[in-house]
Amino acid sequence: MAGLSTRHLLGIKDLNRADIELIFETADTFKSVLNRPIKKVPSLRDVTIANIFFENSTRTRLSFELAEKRLSADVVNFAASSSSVSKGETLIDTVNNILAMKVDMVVMRHPYAGAGIFLSKHVKAQIVNAGDGAHEHPTQALLDAFSIREKYGDVAGKKVVIVGDILHSRVALSNILCLKQLGAEVMVCGPTTLIPKYIGSLGVKVEHNLIKALNWCDVANMLRIQLERQDIKYFPSLREYTMLFGLNKTILDSLDKEITVMHPGPINRGVEITSDVADSKQSIILDQVENGVAIRMAVLYLLAGQTP
Amino acid sequence: MQNLTLLDGQKFQITIQRLCRQLIENHDDFSQSVLIGIQPRGIYLAKRVAEELRKILPGKSILQGDLDITFYRDDFRRRESQLVPNQTKIDFIIEGKKVIMMDDVLWTGRTIRAAMDAMQAFGRPEKVELLALVDRRYSRHIPVSADYVGIEVDSIASQKVVVSWKDTDGEDKIVLVSEAAE
Repeated sequence: MAGLSTRHLLGIKDLNRADIELIFETADTFKSVLNRPIKKVPSLRDVTIANIFFENSTRTRLSFELAEKRLSADVVNFAASSSSVSKGETLIDTVNNILAMKVDMVVMRHPYAGAGIFLSKHVKAQIVNAGDGAHEHPTQALLDAFSIREKYGDVAGKKVVIVGDILHSRVALSNILCLKQLGAEVMVCGPTTLIPKYIGSLGVKVEHNLIKALNWCDVANMLRIQLERQDIKYFPSLREYTMLFGLNKTILDSLDKEITVMHPGPINRGVEITSDVADSKQSIILDQVENGVAIRMAVLYLLAGQTP
Repeated sequence: MQNLTLLDGQKFQITIQRLCRQLIENHDDFSQSVLIGIQPRGIYLAKRVAEELRKILPGKSILQGDLDITFYRDDFRRRESQLVPNQTKIDFIIEGKKVIMMDDVLWTGRTIRAAMDAMQAFGRPEKVELLALVDRRYSRHIPVSADYVGIEVDSIASQKVVVSWKDTDGEDKIVLVSEAAE
């Protein structure tokens, strides 16, 4: 059987439709493994994986670490804040030092776009991008699309709106590429200042009115406002943003049909989404987190399966 | 390519029925026993045996599941082609039960080793037995032997044994396939 068409997972851009479907089918079997009393399989017992995080993370790091451990890989963790990076070591030096200790795969999150691609050209290990700046976050997009497929049976033909800070969001870009590849219709919605000018060239619709966008869609993916990436003020105040683009129960109940609500986390409750929406039965936010482990197991398994 | 048919038609059916009778000798009414077919090709054998047992023992419940061993194989990262998993479907508890594992062809024995590992995720069985429709003798890589055997075949490594099933392939047949001499 053919494997993935790529040696690294740097972005959704490198994956074709067959790759994504192979990942989903493999994730299905891992999901059933995760529902057994013994949730562990020995596949990656001779593989060592380094999780290198140059940026804060809770869900993604834990999810990758659990996925690695469920596959029986040996895991080392590295957080930039407590490392020699603060003493001036370069990225390649840091990673080569880690690889000298016989590491086979690197899972990396980095604040700069393209860090994973750069690294893949300079070191021997297989690289999995766990988020690079405002560029891509491939495993998040895969688990989002996988969750939509689980809910509706298929992604093709579904209408998905991504609401919020599209400009600074790696989740948005990866989601757009992944959903389009699978044949979904995609719309982005947010303040004009937070929608990139040429986003239409990716084949997505643009809408600035939340109610119109929600009435159009089957699924709404509500993104967080990435204040840490905003160097200037893009809108007058968070309060105004919430009034115009926040999703609350009143809006949700006023729609013609029952839509599904997603959020990649971390949630700023009361900003982009209110608590009663996040915890409602229309929300699949915790299913997304659960699926994250299965998707990451599938990605690591398929990459590691390529002969070294 | 040369094909030699080892078993087909009526004789194939008689072999399956003989295996069923042997199983009944040791497992009575199957209230404490379960059948597990190994993916991908052992599941057809397990389905067929379960079907025949239900005919012989009407009214008895015969539990049968599919076990995928992909994640437990010992050749991961050692082969060119990707190992893609199949579905595991075991809707019952095997803790304390007598398990009869089934595969169509027993060759090196490595699949069976992986299956024993994979099965542990579903509990500790009281006893495990192995049923193989075809036993390719003298080719084991590890010390495994079957408790119930359909037919024994002497073959060389370059040959292949292919089992087809009436329900899925249109015909019950066991064929020994040899590459033609250069």
